[in-house]
Amino acid sequence: MRLESASPVAADAKIGIRLTINGEVRDIQVAPWTTLLDLLRERLDLTGTKKGCDHGQCGACTVLVDGTRVNACLILAVMKDGAEITTVEGLGGLANGGAGSNGLHPIQAAFVEHDAFQCGYCTPGQLCSSVGMLNEGHARTRDEIREAMSGNLCRCGAYTNIVDAIEDVLQGEAR
Amino acid sequence: MTQHFSTTGHDTFVGSPRSRVDGPAKVTGLAKYAAEFTASDLAHGYVVSSAIAKGRITRIDARAAEAVPGVVKVLTHENRDRTAWLDYNYQDAVAPPGSPFRALYDDAILYSGQPVALVIAEDFETARYAATLVRVKYDTETPVTDVRQVEDEAYVPPKKRNGIKPPPKPWGDADAAFDNAPIQLRQDYRLAIEHHNPMEPHASTVVYEGDGKYTVYDKIQGVSNSQAYIASVFGLKKDDVRVMNPYLGGGFGSGLRPQYQLFLAMLAARDLKRSVRVVLTRDQMWTFSYRPDALQTVSLGADRDGGLQALRHDATGATSHFEDYQEVVVNWAGVLYKCDNVALTYKLAKLDTHTPSDMRAPGAVTGVFAIEIAMDELAYETGVDPIALRLRNYSDVDATAGGKLFGSKALKSCFEQGAERFGWAKRTPEPRSMRDGRELVGWGMATGVWESMMMQTNARAVLTADGKLEVGNTAGEIGTGTYTILAQIAADSLGLPMEDVTTKLGDTSLPEAPVSGGSWTAASSGTAVMKACRSVAAQVFVLARQMEASPLANVDFERVVFADGRIAVADDPSRSVSLVEAMRAGGMDRIEAVESATPDKDFNSAYEAYTHSAVFVEVKIDEELGQVRLTRVVSAIAAGKILNPKTARSQILGGVVMGIGSALEEESMMDHRLGRFMNHNLGEYHVPVNADIYDIDVIFVDEEDKANPLGVKGLGEIGIVGTAAAIANAVFHATGKRMRHLPITVDKLL
Repeated sequence: MRLESASPVAADAKIGIRLTINGEVRDIQVAPWTTLLDLLRERLDLTGTKKGCDHGQCGACTVLVDGTRVNACLILAVMKDGAEITTVEGLGGLANGGAGSNGLHPIQAAFVEHDAFQCGYCTPGQLCSSVGMLNEGHARTRDEIREAMSGNLCRCGAYTNIVDAIEDVLQGEAR
Repeated sequence: MTQHFSTTGHDTFVGSPRSRVDGPAKVTGLAKYAAEFTASDLAHGYVVSSAIAKGRITRIDARAAEAVPGVVKVLTHENRDRTAWLDYNYQDAVAPPGSPFRALYDDAILYSGQPVALVIAEDFETARYAATLVRVKYDTETPVTDVRQVEDEAYVPPKKRNGIKPPPKPWGDADAAFDNAPIQLRQDYRLAIEHHNPMEPHASTVVYEGDGKYTVYDKIQGVSNSQAYIASVFGLKKDDVRVMNPYLGGGFGSGLRPQYQLFLAMLAARDLKRSVRVVLTRDQMWTFSYRPDALQTVSLGADRDGGLQALRHDATGATSHFEDYQEVVVNWAGVLYKCDNVALTYKLAKLDTHTPSDMRAPGAVTGVFAIEIAMDELAYETGVDPIALRLRNYSDVDATAGGKLFGSKALKSCFEQGAERFGWAKRTPEPRSMRDGRELVGWGMATGVWESMMMQTNARAVLTADGKLEVGNTAGEIGTGTYTILAQIAADSLGLPMEDVTTKLGDTSLPEAPVSGGSWTAASSGTAVMKACRSVAAQVFVLARQMEASPLANVDFERVVFADGRIAVADDPSRSVSLVEAMRAGGMDRIEAVESATPDKDFNSAYEAYTHSAVFVEVKIDEELGQVRLTRVVSAIAAGKILNPKTARSQILGGVVMGIGSALEEESMMDHRLGRFMNHNLGEYHVPVNADIYDIDVIFVDEEDKANPLGVKGLGEIGIVGTAAAIANAVFHATGKRMRHLPITVDKLL
């Protein structure tokens, strides 16, 4: 598709939105074409959320929007005016006192313990996706976890350890 | 002389499972990757990729792009500043022979997706939008991208690639022996072109520091390589270019060579005298390195008991028109198996693509896949169990190196322990003889092998007066756990708790290490760090002994141990001095040592060094749907000393998962009419997802090796080698269909 016929939109055409990001209310002026992912990474210096494909195919950009896991690359920031966003940087705060003394959410601690990552690039997405999946409450068995976590690619191949970590947290919740 | 590692007598951390020291940074988002560093004057570059595979650019019109508010400049071959003239200047540390690709060099199009312009703008979205407005006109020629089309023009590369062993001279008479052999098998094998696809797209952030100085954050598996490349290409002093990359979001070989985004970001930063970041899109991850296609024929002649009488492995690998990429494809059969008549040949054929590059276990994945399926075919032809067949032809020497002994080879233990764990004895060998409900069950196995290497490497250790130790060099942490194992080695070398040790990597201000690849980092950087720490230990020991009324007076360095932050007499631990006390007494704020580790020449002249594996897999195949599920894997590994069983296991898991991808899913599909990869996204290039991966059991067998003082051999690649063959062999066992072309997809099974 050629876009040259469209008249260039003024670079300062911005829209005001309010987001609560990791518990902090922020009023932001954002261009209508800016994705939630680019907003986080490029404007707000929240680079924990990763860009892996920009096409919703890899899950590296998974964040929680009002507690639901979404691919931040597929959402325009202006669509989420008023929403509550949790990124990997805010997971520790989400634990509501459930965070360990190290400030980590139990899923973060479990990922470290089970070596559920290698290069670490897909990890923030895997973590947010895990929390979103646990919120959904459907996955109980290893097979169900594997299925429900299949939107998050890990090229280092840490899948079995990711399932171990999630299972650990699930069992902790059940206790 | 090689001294075995346990200088402290207390290997507290080495050998024990430890969580990654960089784990907290990676699970909280604090670990920063190349595209995540910034500068106040940062501009964003977006690459315009060639729409054709071969021809010339006749016109580039960037006026519409440049008119977009926020666009700073559009760089093309017509307006870019000059860089170095000679090929030599562009040859990085791991470049194959040839003329390295130069982005925006001239009007020639050498491959599809080649960068033809860089749009630089104040923000990312503006650069991306303006890039769509750059109009490029081409004179198009017909590309050749199918290796079968140029097989007749294949040639033996005239110039050998540094570090890549060419095939050995043939021995015996393989062709005559084959013709006379009672059992004769000759088949063609082929794997698909694969792309590394690390999760982190390639990216470079060049921060312009003013006064001709740059700080560069580059996605690279070794920052020294980028620094030397930048200095050489842009005519800068190394001191004016600091390259850093503390974390790499996966490389698998794609980050060994400086890629074109680095060149473009540097070019723009130098031109604009401001900071520039260039990040490739996912589809642009198909516009540089890849695992090449290879045409392979394996010929096995054997007696009726499976004893090999003749062995031929002939391969033609793809390369580009501008470089002779080479990897070790055909040597492996000669390393693994005893045979009196062997011929191994390796040729190249040129295609209109970018130069291929090393991808996890380059060459071994390609060659061992073919050999290990052929061995399974021989097992069926002779009725000999696949393990028994491999033991019958087991080689105790490396025939490709004139019969040198192996430094160690615990492959038999891999067979034994792997088979035991897997339950191989319960296998009924006939195809289609095992079933689980509506699914056919197949059990297959294969051998894996990879060279164990060590490279000249430097490292620094710094002990400060507070008792904290910092170690490091320029090596890349590529996800393998290098931060962690180096901290373990350092902590043990000075008898400190791991919390008191910090590892610094991926920064050219540190002593130089080679790129992290080839599975050599643990042996190389590990040894260098150990030596630097021991040098610090010797210095602090001198201070301790010089203290007034020192408990260590008149004690030799050889008679003390370093443990719990103290230096103690080995046979009288009550006589001890703490490191902190010794430094204070000596009036030292810091003790620093830089040491170099080099391969052991005596060892290498006597021995060859390889890691080995035995991979066992179970597949379950729905006969009507042709769907393959890989329900069980046991990978038994012989790789010398295991420094950290936790991260080591992850290395093997990762290799196995990529092997599963190679066997069942991964395939970059070239449209030969266009010379273009068609499935250049993660929706259509399938890599394993969580639901594809069931249980993977990793066994490390005991193996003592003396190639380096740590006894370590390296683990980054061995996990993938042999995995695809084991899967193909299991598929044959399940279905009776012999799969010689990867990936094994539903259409091939129905």
